[in-house]
Amino acid sequence: MHPVLKLVVQRIALGLLLLLAVSLLIFLGTEALPGDVAQAILGQSATPEALANLRESLGLNRSPIERYFDWLGGILTGDFGTALTNGQDIGQAIGQRLGNTLFLAACAAAISVPLAILLGLVAARYNGRWPDKVISGVTLSTISLPEFVAAYFVIFLLTQVFPIFQPVAMVFPGMSFWERLNAVALPVIVLVLVVLAHMMRMTRAAILNVMQSAYIETAELKGLSPMRVIWQHAFPNAIAPIVSVVVLNLAYLVVGVVVVEVVFSYNALGQYLVDHVAKRDLPVVQAVGLIFAAVYIGLNILADVIAIVANPRLRHPK
Amino acid sequence: MNSEFDYLLKRAARGLMSRREFVGRASALGISAAMANTMLASVASAQPVKGGVLRAGVQGGESTNSLDPALAASDVPFMINKTWGEMLCDVGPGGVIDPRIAEEISSNADATEWKFKIRQGVEFHDGRTVTSEDVVASLKRHTDEKSQSGALGIVQGIAEMTAEGDMVTLKLAAANADLPFLLADYHLVIQPGGGVDNPAAGIGTNAYKVVSNEPGVRTVFERNPNYWDSSRGHADSVEILTINDNTARTAAIQSGQIHLMNRIDPKIVELLKGNTDVVIERAAGPGHYVFIMHCDKAPFDNKDLRNALKMAINRQEMVDKILGGYGSRGNDFPINAAYPLFDDSIPQREYDAAAAAELYKASGHDGSPIVLRTAPGAFPGAVEAAQLFQQSAAAAGIPLEVKVEPDDGYWSNVWNVEPFCASYWGGRPVQDQMYSTAYLSTADWNDTKFKNARFDELLVAAKGELDQAKRKAMYSEMANILRDEGGLICPMFNDWVEGRRQEVGGWEANPLGTLMDGTALAKCWLTA
Repeated sequence: MHPVLKLVVQRIALGLLLLLAVSLLIFLGTEALPGDVAQAILGQSATPEALANLRESLGLNRSPIERYFDWLGGILTGDFGTALTNGQDIGQAIGQRLGNTLFLAACAAAISVPLAILLGLVAARYNGRWPDKVISGVTLSTISLPEFVAAYFVIFLLTQVFPIFQPVAMVFPGMSFWERLNAVALPVIVLVLVVLAHMMRMTRAAILNVMQSAYIETAELKGLSPMRVIWQHAFPNAIAPIVSVVVLNLAYLVVGVVVVEVVFSYNALGQYLVDHVAKRDLPVVQAVGLIFAAVYIGLNILADVIAIVANPRLRHPK
Repeated sequence: MNSEFDYLLKRAARGLMSRREFVGRASALGISAAMANTMLASVASAQPVKGGVLRAGVQGGESTNSLDPALAASDVPFMINKTWGEMLCDVGPGGVIDPRIAEEISSNADATEWKFKIRQGVEFHDGRTVTSEDVVASLKRHTDEKSQSGALGIVQGIAEMTAEGDMVTLKLAAANADLPFLLADYHLVIQPGGGVDNPAAGIGTNAYKVVSNEPGVRTVFERNPNYWDSSRGHADSVEILTINDNTARTAAIQSGQIHLMNRIDPKIVELLKGNTDVVIERAAGPGHYVFIMHCDKAPFDNKDLRNALKMAINRQEMVDKILGGYGSRGNDFPINAAYPLFDDSIPQREYDAAAAAELYKASGHDGSPIVLRTAPGAFPGAVEAAQLFQQSAAAAGIPLEVKVEPDDGYWSNVWNVEPFCASYWGGRPVQDQMYSTAYLSTADWNDTKFKNARFDELLVAAKGELDQAKRKAMYSEMANILRDEGGLICPMFNDWVEGRRQEVGGWEANPLGTLMDGTALAKCWLTA
């Protein structure tokens, strides 16, 4: 087997093992929460009889081990079960919400990744001079704002002062692509502001690191323009660390944006998860947790693979 | 303006009288033609306008919500139910019964047997006609504990339900003069076949049909063309958007993305007043924020100590600081002017540090800190309110120790378990229901562990008393007992503070529930 292929297979197998461990952790974590799902559903209106009835009908009287393996078996056969709280099919609900999550993440990534890399290259080109300082200053201040503050600021600016966009970003089946883009404009702006700095700084640092090498000096002595040196000679050799940071931010855009979702009432996976955690809806929490873990692990495997493929020394081991 | 002119104005506005005739008769009353025309124009704009899409942004919905009316507990499902479903009757503005599915309601002399004449020709959204059997089946479903209905406590008291022709007869285990008010409860939606087969189908009789429902996000309705009552259902379609974030909801109404919103944060009301597009609607409701003491546990089993604590709370400060002025002072019983038969002559309890100190001394308490448990989710501002209480009590020499508990598990681990904690009540349509829910010795939710034989006796007697004057006197005595003996510290009643765009017509305050007690979408219209 080709060594690269072998590495990839190894990574994927490890990833699956990791997923299994994560599923156990999620299960144990949800079990450890105070109160059970019956109490959480009934809240202040819980009477002993109502609690007993609800526990019975939800199957909470069975042992945790039994419930864990039941659920795991279901997942493996593609059955996520139904939500305890409202009886909706989890697979269906998650499918739609996951689509919304990925749409938002994709929009934010489509803007932020090229922009961050471009800004990083420019900053490296003008290292220590004013373009570098302006870019670093602006992106560092946007990343330093808590997400919800940035969100409120954007709402105020773009719906009240300049009424261009809508503050509530819900999307629905039947909306055209353009309507969707218009709806998610504000959360996308916030997410771009939040993730830009990290990727930009990493690009800049990685390029500057490579710029110390002898072959860059050679390229410069050949008389190539500085931007061309960076683009053709420095960037390909700096790609591994950049990719790993980009992927980390992509993962964040998928799994970590619940605050932004809540502020803009965007109906994606994060808010769905939080609602069901509050109601101790175990099957949903586990399913969403597992999806988030799978996205995270999957993207990290991707980063590894790209790093391997981009590095000739790893591609052609002796 | 005199009543004759008002009468003419109404007739003219409804088209029963021509403009010329109106102006002529108005001038006979000494009103100039110009004035009469202006008045007519302002009244005519209050005529319903058909069409458009009316949107409400509501806080209090989750993706865990269901369309099953039995399970509704928060504001969004409440609003959704009230938009597609109807009960036997509503409680309209001013606390009067507004008959819906029941056309006529009557009882026997001692209020133990009630008859509901079912309105003829009312259709469900699926085309079936409402029968008395549907009504009985709907009510029966909630008596089954498996339905997990929030209205179980209400229907439990009905011993026998029978359907005969267009008449539904309910025989009660004990007399209850308030039954129609109780049956207006938003869980008790009349569903085809009682909703037994598919409780969450969302098929009802109200002015709007459910088109699509995504829990915790949006519910879309379209006008029910066969609706029986022309005073409802003006917009072509209505939508309920779940917007839990205060800032986003407020921004959405300012930008016109929604037309109605619930729960404006009192802190920002002043800021919104500068916006001419948004009208702030305020109504004094029955909801209240409380601190509850268990009367059967030390040190709260001492009446002097309980009253010392009641004296040691600064109510006006709470209303000003916790409610931003949007509320009124409580008087240590759970009833206010929002209820029928409220006795407003009961003296208001005031903050009196000296009297509190004296009572505290008389109680013989050992001076160790009294633990008061609270949580951010007990009510909005509950932690700050507990701290204010701590300070005002300290001025009276009463040591309170505020313990902040996590929101998670508060209602199962602290409320109704710990002897002294913060809580809230949403209120009930009638006094009897409020007292029976939480202050009867045997009530499940007797969260102050208050047991008083005279109080229980009065409560049962008042239930079956049809003479309103006698009934009012009984409720007054009960209020006094609770105020002076009970474990409830009720510093404040919170107002509804809600917003509507100025182009929304037909708003009428109903303090019983949020957004015109849930009927805003069915009753309001868009003028532009």
